[in-house]
Amino acid sequence: MAEGAVSPELARVTSRWAVEGGHTIDGYRASGSYAGYESIRAALDLSPDQVSGMVKDATVLGRGGAGFPAGVKWGFCPPGVWPRYLVVNGDESEPGTYKDRILMERDPHQLIEGCLIAAYAIGAAQVFLYVRGEMAHAQERIAAALNEAYAAGLVGKNILGTDFSVDIVLHWGAGAYIVGEETALIESLEGNRGMPRLKPPFFPAAKGLYMAPTFVNNVETQANLPWLVAHGVDAYRSVGTEASPGTRLIALSGHVNTPGVFEVPQGTTTFRELFEAEHYGGGIRDGHELKMFIPGGASAPWFFPEQVDLPLEGRVVGGEGSMLGSGAVVVMDETTDAVRACLRVVRFFARESCGKCAPCREGTTWEEKILQRILDGHGRPSDIDLLLDVADNISPGPYPTAAHPGAGLEAVPFPPRQTTICPLGPSSVAPITSAIRRFRHEFEAKITKRDSIPVAAAPAQGDH
Amino acid sequence: MARLTPANEQLARSIVARYPVPKSATIPLCHLAQEQDGHLTDDAMAHIAELVGCTAAEVLGTASFYEMFKRHETGTYCVNVCTNISCQLLGGEELLEHAERTLGVRAGGTTADGMFTLEDVECIAACTEAPALQVNYRYFHRISTEDFDQLVDDLRSGRLSDEVPPHGTLGKVRQEIPADKVANITPPEEQTEPVWIARHRQAAEGGAS
Ligand SMILES: Cc1cc2nc3c(=O)[nH]c(=O)nc-3n(C[C@H](O)[C@H](O)[C@H](O)COP(=O)(O)O)c2cc1C
Ligand code: SF4
Ligand code: FES
Repeated sequence: MAEGAVSPELARVTSRWAVEGGHTIDGYRASGSYAGYESIRAALDLSPDQVSGMVKDATVLGRGGAGFPAGVKWGFCPPGVWPRYLVVNGDESEPGTYKDRILMERDPHQLIEGCLIAAYAIGAAQVFLYVRGEMAHAQERIAAALNEAYAAGLVGKNILGTDFSVDIVLHWGAGAYIVGEETALIESLEGNRGMPRLKPPFFPAAKGLYMAPTFVNNVETQANLPWLVAHGVDAYRSVGTEASPGTRLIALSGHVNTPGVFEVPQGTTTFRELFEAEHYGGGIRDGHELKMFIPGGASAPWFFPEQVDLPLEGRVVGGEGSMLGSGAVVVMDETTDAVRACLRVVRFFARESCGKCAPCREGTTWEEKILQRILDGHGRPSDIDLLLDVADNISPGPYPTAAHPGAGLEAVPFPPRQTTICPLGPSSVAPITSAIRRFRHEFEAKITKRDSIPVAAAPAQGDH
Repeated sequence: MARLTPANEQLARSIVARYPVPKSATIPLCHLAQEQDGHLTDDAMAHIAELVGCTAAEVLGTASFYEMFKRHETGTYCVNVCTNISCQLLGGEELLEHAERTLGVRAGGTTADGMFTLEDVECIAACTEAPALQVNYRYFHRISTEDFDQLVDDLRSGRLSDEVPPHGTLGKVRQEIPADKVANITPPEEQTEPVWIARHRQAAEGGAS
């Protein structure tokens, strides 16, 4: 597959992807865009505050979904409260998202060094690397890398002969999308059912793991730190935009000629370039045209051909009614049945709802049922409004949406409102409002002209 | 029905020791038990409860939340076909249908010979390699119907037994923390300000006065 960065200058976290043995400690030291484990050495010569300052000044945005600056998040910790924990979120389960797994499989030492830098800066005595249960190979690679790093005195007691000591523990998940939500992740790490906690008061920075201050950061966020320390703030900010500097990983999937995971400059690359450039998607699948695309994982409202010239910049995409989320761009061409695609995404949320709050637990189930009967040709004329009504109970008010100049509709900016504990429930509304607002006629056709349209062959899905 | 073997119990104790609070080891120990028996038995859950200091019901309460823990016998090979959006767009649902016909079971079922359990799963983070599937959590990318039939043949004949261990085995490499390298794993209430933080704080305070 096509993958990585277009040029060596842009390869920050992907620089060892193609290196044979880049996942070993020797490979890590000998290859890539900076010298492995020299960054932690350099960081130890600075004060913890100086290291946090670099992360803040560089504006390292979180790559897990919300795009929140890591340095600012680290500042939320109540002073003088110990212990503090660092938890790395490697649960990657958002449909369309495929980047953290490659980072963990191909460059585990980069992630470990990132954890060391963060732990030093925030004063964490223990780090947990929470890796999705289904990722056996990533777990193997991280376990092997941690064993090497402990043996080399780079993790554990008195790192590099200093008074900096931290343990890094590999932890496994066991299959549950909701565990990616940071408070659910913490519950899971405590050995419980992975249900999100009510906020406030349970903001992890104040009351997290074992009710102690806890920082949850995404794998890719951590992986950026060694490069940042090696090259400095100005170099970090030399690509991308003022608000979104640096690069980020984008998984481009669906109906393009060359899908892949690419390291692109944040903010300056446009969706058009991503879809069409030879070095990225290589164009919409042969002979077809773009119908719609998801700019940031299954939770994101859909975009349409009118939005292709927007840059991949969190704030811009948010203002235009969607989100960049976890860097998952899913392209759908004109052969795609909007109802079928909508159902598939909704079914995901219905299956993965943790069940803690009624609007999400009941609402997502109803959304799935109604969509299934529309797709099966048993829809009722009132079903479209019923869908929107159920959706409104989960996420009241105008839902974020892209502008539709042809219909005189303006964009409603992200994020949605919610009646639920966490954003999973509201995410199920994204495909529904996106698809109905734009392709209402497809829904109506399935309801009123049920004999005249071919019903896409959907396999029986068991009894949900 | 089995408790952990003595060797696995020892391994389990070393895993528990990595956490500031023993209960945190619940999920890793459930994986260990599933690796031992192919699925998670009641006896193993009772044993895990003893090791992490909670009730067997609490272990069941946790385990039953997670998709990967099977409380009944499953096939030697769990074949998980992704039908989520990126895979659906490139034939994931048709692939699942083909798999159902080839194996003669519906998604969720196990073949009569106990060889295969077929599942219809959510995104497995291989979206650019669609349609994708996993067998016992090992990846197979861009699978056509012909590829699928070949894969089933290879699994049946044992040609893939090195790459795909029996159900329950996760990473074949385990983390080991040598006793003399452990930094500071103690219960949260015993933790104090880390020494390097204290050193820099004192230096800053000293410099300021
Ligand atoms: C339902 C849900 C699922 C999530 N899944 C993930 C995930 O798989 N990986 C991840 O890093 N963040 C995920 N997040 C975001 C996390 O809650 C958290 O914001 C993130 O890990 C913080 O890391 P960052 O600041 O480095 O981005 C999810 C959030 C929600 C609401
Ligand atoms: S919104 Fe859904 S997933 Fe989130 S806490 Fe409520 S029920 Fe659970
Ligand atoms: S949608 Fe199938 S692997 Fe992500």
